[in-house]
Formats: sequence, structure tokens, C-alpha cells
Amino acid sequence: MDSETVEKLLRLSALELDEDGRARLLRDLGRIVALIDEMQSVDTEGVAPLAHPLDAVQPLRPDRADPNVDRATLQQGAPATRDGLYLVPRVVE
Amino acid sequence: MAGDAFATLSELRTELAARRVGAVELAEACLDRIAAEAHLNAFVSTCPERALARAKAADRRIAKEGQTALVGLPFAHKDIFCVQGLPTTCASNMLANFVAPYDATVAARMDAAGAVLVGKTNMDEFAMGSSSQTGHLGSVRNPWDTGRVAGGSSGGSAAAVAAGLVPGATGTDTGGSIRQPAAFCGISGLKPTYGRVSRYGMIAFASSLDQGGPMARTAEDLRLLLACMEGRDPRDSTSAEVPPTARDAKPRPLRIGIPGEYWDALGTDMGTALDAARRAIEGLGHQLAAVSLPHTRAAVASYYVVSSAEASTNLSRYDGVRYGHRASAPKDLEDLYRRSRSEGFGDEVKRRILTGAYTLSVGYYDAYYQKAQRVRRLIRQDFLDAFASVDAILGPVTPTPAFEQGTMQADPTDMYRQDAFTVPASLAGLPALSVPCGQVEGLPVGMQLIGPHFAEDRLLALGEAWQRETDWHMLRPRESRAAPEAT
Amino acid sequence: MSTEWESVIGLEVHVQLATESKIFSDAPVAAGGDPNSRACGVDLGLPGVLPVLNESALGMAVTFGLAVDGKIARECRFDRKNYFYPDLPKGYQISQLAEPVVSGGNLDIDLGDGRSRRIHLTRAHLEEDAGKSVHDAYAGLSGIDLNRAGTPLLEVVSEPELKSPEEAAQYFRALHSLVRALGICDGNLNEGSMRCDANISIRPKGCEELGERTEIKNINSFRFVERALAFEIERQIGVVEAGGEVVRETRLYDAERDETRPMRGKETSEDYRYFPDPDLLPVVVTDAMLAEARARLPELPAAKRERYARDFALDDYACSRLTGDPDLARYFEAVTATGVEPRQAANWVLGEVSAALNRDERDAHDIPVPAEELGILIARIDEGVISGAAARTVLATLWQEGGDADAHIAASGLAQLNDDDELSRLAQEAVERNPNQAEQYRAGKTKLLGFFVGQVMQASQGKANPRQVNELLRELLTGA
Repeated sequence: MDSETVEKLLRLSALELDEDGRARLLRDLGRIVALIDEMQSVDTEGVAPLAHPLDAVQPLRPDRADPNVDRATLQQGAPATRDGLYLVPRVVE
Repeated sequence: MAGDAFATLSELRTELAARRVGAVELAEACLDRIAAEAHLNAFVSTCPERALARAKAADRRIAKEGQTALVGLPFAHKDIFCVQGLPTTCASNMLANFVAPYDATVAARMDAAGAVLVGKTNMDEFAMGSSSQTGHLGSVRNPWDTGRVAGGSSGGSAAAVAAGLVPGATGTDTGGSIRQPAAFCGISGLKPTYGRVSRYGMIAFASSLDQGGPMARTAEDLRLLLACMEGRDPRDSTSAEVPPTARDAKPRPLRIGIPGEYWDALGTDMGTALDAARRAIEGLGHQLAAVSLPHTRAAVASYYVVSSAEASTNLSRYDGVRYGHRASAPKDLEDLYRRSRSEGFGDEVKRRILTGAYTLSVGYYDAYYQKAQRVRRLIRQDFLDAFASVDAILGPVTPTPAFEQGTMQADPTDMYRQDAFTVPASLAGLPALSVPCGQVEGLPVGMQLIGPHFAEDRLLALGEAWQRETDWHMLRPRESRAAPEAT
Repeated sequence: MSTEWESVIGLEVHVQLATESKIFSDAPVAAGGDPNSRACGVDLGLPGVLPVLNESALGMAVTFGLAVDGKIARECRFDRKNYFYPDLPKGYQISQLAEPVVSGGNLDIDLGDGRSRRIHLTRAHLEEDAGKSVHDAYAGLSGIDLNRAGTPLLEVVSEPELKSPEEAAQYFRALHSLVRALGICDGNLNEGSMRCDANISIRPKGCEELGERTEIKNINSFRFVERALAFEIERQIGVVEAGGEVVRETRLYDAERDETRPMRGKETSEDYRYFPDPDLLPVVVTDAMLAEARARLPELPAAKRERYARDFALDDYACSRLTGDPDLARYFEAVTATGVEPRQAANWVLGEVSAALNRDERDAHDIPVPAEELGILIARIDEGVISGAAARTVLATLWQEGGDADAHIAASGLAQLNDDDELSRLAQEAVERNPNQAEQYRAGKTKLLGFFVGQVMQASQGKANPRQVNELLRELLTGA
């Protein structure tokens, strides 16, 4: 774990920290990585990853549409909307 | 309060059925108790109008058809369950002003069962923690000693029940968040089998681990609450199609596994308390047998990789665009994202997001995320092997009783290690019950009963039998002002 | 002398599946609508919401897999692709990286004059669409409309086997008619129902290894695919011949300027942190689902083309034009079903009818003239009731006013005059009015028959049936 990695992780996570924040983070992440490395000694040769505790399969939803979308309610707490659109600083493509 | 603030849900049902007390009366009493014990910081918000309206309706319903299900019983939701029209904050600045536009399935089912919601309980921010100290409204206090933590992340619900503010509450458990605070506060808590209770409307921390469950004074009350929370939900792909939790006619003697990996790790005081409990269980006619869960020591590592990875992307939706905190006057899109998220999330949440991003990023995915998932399979296999020879597994919930407020802040991993006994069952998706089984330094400690998938009934029956023979669950916090001296 | 270059092209086409509801929510899928009026809590990524897979979306993917003879995964899964973008509500897109629902398969493209080439597919996977950003509406701000968010997409990825912009366009066309024939996509290009990303690189002819490639995003018409790639090939050749190097990047095709330019704010080296979506379980395609999809499989364009050539004796052009549009094919078959000679039916459908469709910018599924009426109209030409030219006029009326063909023929007074008595009367008059010419004819100047025919046609205002008039006159003039 180094400051370069920390910068990359902050960028990927859309987070920012001041100087000592980054310093503390570097220290903490170092400790956390040390903790999670404790599993490296386990022999997992030929063991398949387990993504879900139950061996269940995906249920399917019948293709029926519910046209009642209550935009007013859904946008009540929205920080910035106009004409039903969510507003953000200009997106450049 | 109407009757006894520490009455159980089952006792209150009888009182309501006999018309010796009304739902409105009970709701008002809870709201008074919450105000009186505000110093515990157990609640994020209350909803008096809603509560009284529903209580009136409950009284009418009882007058018409008598008391059924949870009709008229007051309770609280952990502030992680969306309730339409009520603030749902997950104890985070990010959602400080978020009013849920829809009902979580669990919320809808509790309403349908006639339970009366009085408020929403405090927790660790986004349920990431074991001490309920990371919420945006500050620490929850342990009713047994306000200098100590209530445990987490469902600390508010645990403290509320322990202090007699509400007779029951919902919680969520990702790595121990129901079981550990229940143990720290001397109440009962059940983490159901993954898939038993719908996650729809329960704000996600780690999707493959999160599971909602009941918290109350007794195992019998947990059964009552679970019956109304559980069941397949077409809105949750991971909810299981299984028959409801039955009630085992007459609990037969069981073979109970004692995992050395848990017991050998205990300090003297905890060891003494748990040993007494173990002998008492044997005294109930159950047969004890040593079992081994060899991969236990890798569980905390595997858990923190899996849960952080899932959390890091589950929390990407909080970007200040559609709801939640938005930084003022963003100069561009990047700035909007970075500042909204940095201002909205607390340190622990940031650490988990960044840890998760790390374990999923190019070059580390195999070494961390995939490795953790392989270890996860081994841990589940440990349990499946053990359950070939035993009906349930008995162990501690925590390595110590409730720790002091403010401790274990210097190194986050100190806190993570506290979850050593609770995360294995979470990784395996198993049901686990936490019931009070003794005291250490005058503080409650709990024992954990882990069962095979969907064996909730067996665990609850064990808990009920245990609580018929013991009174640890009846002890009341000395510091809880309105509470009489413990007997 | 300068090197000869060849281009290597692979296409990724996003096919919008024609479901009622979104892929993971029950919000309706439909173009247009007020902003965010078709985005429910799940599409908005509200706290606590969860995805549940739409069975039709999966079924359509399976249908496609069968149609291209690909391998259908009996168990596949969904992954999260993580990146921040305003039109991506959850901060990740649910897609399929490691285990797509379809892998392999192939598609034959038409190289003209009957030649065709088999293009191999890498894979086809399911994913959710993003919303869209509305620019220029407000100063310094963009508006986000999430109506499209969660719309089911099937991303069809070809092997880099396309050799030219023309081939790329033909591939896009072939895919377009296939998904329309399968009924899994409305094929509406201007509404973005099919969007294409093109990967393109150049290399000296005959050279084995691939050059550095660029990706051109969001091309939504056959013509643009051709033009964007043509431009990009020239650009890359220019760069290399100027001693430069092609840089791997994502470019945008600007149709107005007819050029491609680098896309800003789009990192090609992004770390997407793909991992299995923990909110979704492994998706299993059962034998029953496969059987059902197989049973529902319609006749595919290729097979239909062969059948048209075999049973209707149509030329390549007619075959591929008709089978390229399932609705047009259906109409054509309905016309032939009335007993009309197929080649004649094809001429009318591809001629008059298609022309009218283009003129009115209508789709072949709402041709205003019932196939039966066109069938009758064509029959009347054979029967000599009406001339080809007149029939065109009648079709135009049918197109505008509807109604039935015979009525219009009668009303229009364009029907030919076939009544023997009436015609004999006119012929009689013509001969009597011109005794001299009749005399000369009888004397052997038989060329004059034309003169008499002319007279009769004039008298009948052109409605007389020329064949009958000829015979009648010949009898009159020689007979007597």
C-alpha cells in the first residue's frame, strides 16, 4: 500500500481527503491489508469461489410493466431538478 | 408506563387481548420512555402522529376481531429500513434529509401485521461497525453502563429494547450486527438464514451477507416478530422460497457442537461465564460434542474483503444527483461527486469503500476478492461438515463484554477482530441466535447458537427452553433510570 | 511507391430488446415520454432497491442465440461494471463479462450479386441501458433523463473479420433484419433501437498482426457506419504515413461534420472493477426454455431468401430486398396468395408500393392498401380490364382513399372497352367514314389497318381494347 495506490483508490471511489486524511488513510489501509492478508496462508487450491451462501438460482420476473411512476414523489428529495430532469454540472463528451 | 416498561411482546399481547391496556396507551408510553432516555441516543427519529394513528386503528381492530399477529404492539425499525414518508438516514450525513418514497418489504409486512412503529433506531453509519459510534448523530449508549458502547451496528435497537423503550425492534446483521449488540445489551437477537427475510428496502451494505432480523427480550418474542418479517419476496432475487418458521411441537434432546476454535480463544472471565452456560445447556438434557471449524481464523479476513468489496459498489449510487447530500456550488461533475461523497460519508465508511475498491481493482481481484470467496466456501463447508454430526453449534457471541466508548479507535482492525465469532455464520449464510447467558464485570454477555440453513425453529426452541430455565434475559440495566433494581 | 493498406473491423451492436418492462424493474420500456416519467425507484438506484431479471429479456437472448447458431450458456451470470457517470444511476452497470448468455455463432452478410460471407460472432450478452444527458438546455448544466435507464440490451459482438466499411454496413443490415425477423427488436434506428460501436485498425496488406485500434462509439445508421469507418480508415492511414502512430482511444462520429474525434472524459484505461453482482443469482436456462424458444423461432432471412428464389423464381435483388424487411415480405406473400404471379407481385411491392412508402416515410407494417386489393388490381391487368399505366393511377387512389380496387377502376372510367358490339359499331363507323382508305386497303395497302385502329381508339377515347379492335377491323375490311 503506497500513496500512489491511495490516490488511485480515491479517484476510483470519487472521494477526496486532505493531507493528513490521506496520511491516516495510508496507515489504516496498510493495517487493513495486513489483516486481510491473514487468509493468504489458507490453501484454496481447486476450491471454487462462493458468491452466495445458498446454492439458489435466479428467479425470473414476468414481463409486465407498471406504468404508474410517481415522479413527483420520487423527486421530492432531489437536490436539483428542472422540467423533471436531474441537473448536474455540464457533462462534456 | 402502562404496565411494565420491560414487559415482553407476548405479555403485552395478553394484556391487549384482555383489554387491560390499549395500543394507543402502549405507543404513548414508548414515546415517553424514548424521550426520558434520550441520553442513550438510541433513536434517530420518532413518528408520533403515524404511531398514534396506527395505534388507534389497532385498537379498533382489536375491538372488532380481538388481538392477532402483532396488532397493537409498539416496536422500532433500525433506521436502515425504508418506511414511506419517514426519514431513513442509515445514520449518515449522506441521507440526513432522505425521506423514503417507498416501503421496505419488512416495513410493509410489520404494518400489515398491525405492529405500531414508534420510531427509527440509531446505528453505525450504513451498518458498518460494531459499536454504534459512527452515526452522524453520535454514539448510542449502553443502558447497562453509558460509558460503554451498545455494540453495533444495530446498537440503537438493542439499547432501546434493553432500556425498556420498546418491547421489540428490527435489526440487520451483516457480520454480527444483530447478535453482538444483543449480547452487549443483554437482550435476544436472531440473525435468520440468508434469504429468510427480504432485503428489499433495507439499505444495502453487503448484499450477499445482509440479513434483517428481530431483536427482543425473549426468544419467544423473536419468534413472534420473525413470523411477520419472513417470507419469499418477488422483489428480492435472493429471498428464499421456503416454508415459514414452524413451531417444533416438543423440542427433543439435541446434539450440540462445541467448536474448539471459538472456545479456546476465550479469556478467563468470558470462559467462566460461557462454561457455566454450556453446563446448563447440558443440564437441559442436550448432548455436547466437540466439533472443529478449521478455517475460522481466516473468517475475519474473508469477511472484510467480501463485505467491503460489495459495499464499495453498493455505495456508488450516493453521488449527490438524485437524492441525498449534494455539495454546494460544485465547479464541475468531478467536484460534485468528490465533495458530495466526501462530505456525506464518515471515515469508517470511506475506509470500507476504499478497501473494497482495492480488493476489486486490476491486479488484486484474484489475490483478494476471489481468494476471499474461495475461503468463504471452505468456511461454509466447515459448518456443513459439522452439521453432519450435530444439530446446532454453541459458542460465544463476542470475545469480551461491551467495551468502553471511544476505545479501539486508533486501529480500525482492533474493532474488526471483535467480530471473529459472528462473521463465520454470516459468510455461510447460517441462522444464529444470540441470547443472554451470564454477566462479566456486571455486564451482560451472550451465547450464540448457530444452526443449519433454515433451522431457525430449532434455535428458537433451544432459546425458549433456555430462557424457561434461566433469568439472564430478565435482568434490567441498573442505570436505566425508570428501571427498578435487578432482582 | 506507397504501401497498400487493409482495414480490420469488428462491430459491437447494442440491440434494444422489445420487452414491455425494463430488464430489472417493472417500469415500462417506451420511447419518448416526459423526462424521468418512466424511471421507477429501481431505475433511479434508490437506497434499498433490488434488481429482478425480466424473463422475456432472457428468452429473447436465447432466441437470438439459437438463430445465430451460437452456444447458449445453461448457466450464466451478471457482473457489475463500476464507473461514475450521471446517466448511470447506481454508479455501476449490470452487464455480463465472464459468463455471457450466448457465445459464438455466425451471421451471413450479403456481398451483392449473390455472393455472401459468413461473419463469426464472439458473443452476445445481456445488459442494462443507461439514461441520457440533455445538454445545451440550461447554461453550464446538463439535465439527466433516466427513462432509458434499465432498458434491456443485447450486445452482439462480432469477431474482427469485416474487411471494409461496406462489409461493416452489410453486417449491420443483416443483424438488423435478423433481430426484426425474430421479433426481439423493433429495429427503429432513429430512436436508437440499434446502436453500433466499431473497433477499427489498419495494417499493410498481407501483414499478419493487427495494428493499434480505435473504437468509434454510438453510430446509429447503416450509412453512418460506412462513412464513419471510411473517414477513420483514411485518418489512420494519414497518421501512419505521416510517420505517426495510431493511439488506442474512443472516438465519436460527428455526422454533421462527417468526421470522428476523440471522446473527452472517457478513459479507455478505466479500471471497471468487474465482479459478480451479489444482488443477482446464477441464471439458469432450462431445457423447457430452450424448447420453447426453438418452437417460437420464425423463418430466418437466409432461409426465406432461398425459398423466395426457389418457389417464386425471384432474382437476388428482389429476394434480399423483400426478406430484408419482415413486414414487406409478409405483404408480398399476402399479395401472391391472391393468385397473382409472384414476379409481378414482387415488381409492384418493390416498385410502386416501396416508392410510396419512402415518399410517405411509412413502415411496411402500415401499408394502407390491403394486399388483397393490390392482388385484384394486378389480376385486372392480366385480364386486360385495365392497362398497367391506369393501374398505377388506381393504386395511388387506393393509397389515398382506401376502398376496393374494382370500385375505383369503375369509378375512374379507366376500364378498357371490351364490349364486342360496341367495338364493332365503332369499327363499322370508322370504315364507313373512310371509304377511300377502305378501298386502298382492300387493294392491298394493308398498312392502313393502323390508320383505322387509330380512328377507333380516338372514337373510344383510348379505352378500346387494341387487340380486339385489330381483329374486328381485319374482318370488316377483308370480309365484305
